[in-house]
Amino acid sequence: MYQYDKYDQAMVDARVAEFRDQTERRLSGQLSEAQFRPLRLMNGLYLQLHAYMLRVAVPYGTLSSKQMKMLAHIARKYDRDYGHFTTRQNIQYNWIKLADAPDILADLASVEMHAIQTSGNCIRNISSDQYAGASAEEIADPRPLSELLRQWSSFHPEFTYLPRKFKIAVIASATDRAAMRLHDIGIELVKKDGEIGARVFVGGGMGRTPMIAPEIRDFVPFSEVVSYLEACLRVYNRYGRRDNKYKARIKILVHEMGADEYRRQVEEEFAHMKTLGLDPPVAELERIAEHFAPPPYETGLSDEIDLSDRDFAAWVGSQVAAHKAPGYAIVNISLKPIGGIPGDASSAQIDLIADLAAKYSFDELRVTHAQNIVLAHVKKADLYALWKALEEADLGTANLDLISDIIACPGLDYCSLANARSIPVAQKIAQRFADIDRQKELGELKLKISGCINACGHHHAGNIGILGVDRKGVENYQLLLGGSGAEDVSLGQITGPGFDENGIVDAVEKATNVYLANRTEGERFVDTFRRIGMAPFKEALYA
Amino acid sequence: MNILTGNDLATGDVIWWTGEGWSIHVDDAVDVGDKGAEIAQAETAARRVNEAYVVDAEKDENGVRPAHIKERIRALGPTVRLDLSLKPADPTAGNWVI
Repeated sequence: MYQYDKYDQAMVDARVAEFRDQTERRLSGQLSEAQFRPLRLMNGLYLQLHAYMLRVAVPYGTLSSKQMKMLAHIARKYDRDYGHFTTRQNIQYNWIKLADAPDILADLASVEMHAIQTSGNCIRNISSDQYAGASAEEIADPRPLSELLRQWSSFHPEFTYLPRKFKIAVIASATDRAAMRLHDIGIELVKKDGEIGARVFVGGGMGRTPMIAPEIRDFVPFSEVVSYLEACLRVYNRYGRRDNKYKARIKILVHEMGADEYRRQVEEEFAHMKTLGLDPPVAELERIAEHFAPPPYETGLSDEIDLSDRDFAAWVGSQVAAHKAPGYAIVNISLKPIGGIPGDASSAQIDLIADLAAKYSFDELRVTHAQNIVLAHVKKADLYALWKALEEADLGTANLDLISDIIACPGLDYCSLANARSIPVAQKIAQRFADIDRQKELGELKLKISGCINACGHHHAGNIGILGVDRKGVENYQLLLGGSGAEDVSLGQITGPGFDENGIVDAVEKATNVYLANRTEGERFVDTFRRIGMAPFKEALYA
Repeated sequence: MNILTGNDLATGDVIWWTGEGWSIHVDDAVDVGDKGAEIAQAETAARRVNEAYVVDAEKDENGVRPAHIKERIRALGPTVRLDLSLKPADPTAGNWVI
């Protein structure tokens, strides 16, 4: 894992001191809310439906056990004993007191964390593949580049006031676990003539105008990625619309300008940027990469797992993925117990996961955009003990990528932007499909719920997506089918008129019935939808 | 009726104007008529409230009920964590929101 150098630490410590002073001035009346709001937002502090909400950055979703313990400590000491892991691989606390915020940031800084750039029209936390460094299929570890981009984008003076917020994802394998092409910039590390570089997609996103990012360059040498991204951002900063926030994201610029013209302008800017010496020297790239060296795997381990315990075998079948090192496995910890709140974890659960990561996974863990947790390097021989510990803490649910593994934004229960509640709908759907055999029969089915058009719950990318809307003061839910945030990226299509809270649960069930009645051997829900189209689903839903 | 709401500056708590001060209980809210903006300005200046605004509500024998679901959720707390709401002992409290 990356560890702060003296510059990183000095920057974060200075920001804590600065925010402490700003908060004191706000509480004493020297600053008005209008003056203070942009300052608190720059430190991830929102005013939400019930209280202040603090969003803490988890760079590319990677945490040490020590950092995870601090997240539990914050939940326990300053919040109401839980945190909410988000679809941006971050964590949010919903019940923060303003006077406590500087102390929380100081606590975070003590473990090399912060909440900087988790709000505002700047480059947000870089997201990445939760299997980074552990998957056999990746061509390189995406975290060194993610870390380089974190450093490049932190406090970048030219990109602090972009037309709109800006999100970057980095992956390094053909399997996309980060919804890469639904980001403002998506980067896939690829190999060309033996050299590793970046395939760059620009102009994706969800929200009210969902778009899949087109490829803007098929290969940028690793050593020039910073200059290239600088060029991408410069063109956006120059021409992105600032007159209408709903048309201000880079996806609108790329769409209206056209990918070819955008590409041409980026190339022109890139040629200029390369002359400025912005790209870090090889020694710096190597310094960063050293932090992500593989952990000291034991050798000679067996790949055998005793699956005589049926419940354990079911969990292994669902939650455990192949690891590149013999005798090791990647473990997905579900934060989606049936009837639970997707992404929520109590301080005790957060503490436990931190302890388990320390004991079984080289002191390191990942937050996924699907609001689960990954222990990336677990010995297969330790899986049973790990599972037992998870089971005791209600963390042993075996539902990865099944219909109850629902992504849901906080919705109207917490969010001041939301139009409808997301969580109760997620809970009702999970309960309707609680039978694990039924879930397995349905197979991979990614269901995603947003409580408003901003799409924090990624509804456009759900095989089944649900969008909550306000219809004359009453919650209503639109159903979308056929979306995917994976390598087969696609945007869901709205089925037709919306449903009430109970009706949407019935509608989901009807959609799954259409799938079951029409699927062919080996077809997932999304495959069947793509083959048979919307008509049979509409017929079942609105007959 | 028009009721005035906002958040406590220091704690962030949802609060409602009672005519004399602020309460976390919506049932204590009073009709501010057309004086909402005026009260909000004075109370904001005194740092007793943050981001104050007026919302529509109805009052009957059961108490004060904001017209919009968002304000009812603000008044109660998250419907999915009633243990954290203002009525933690009432498992049916969420029905008031809907």
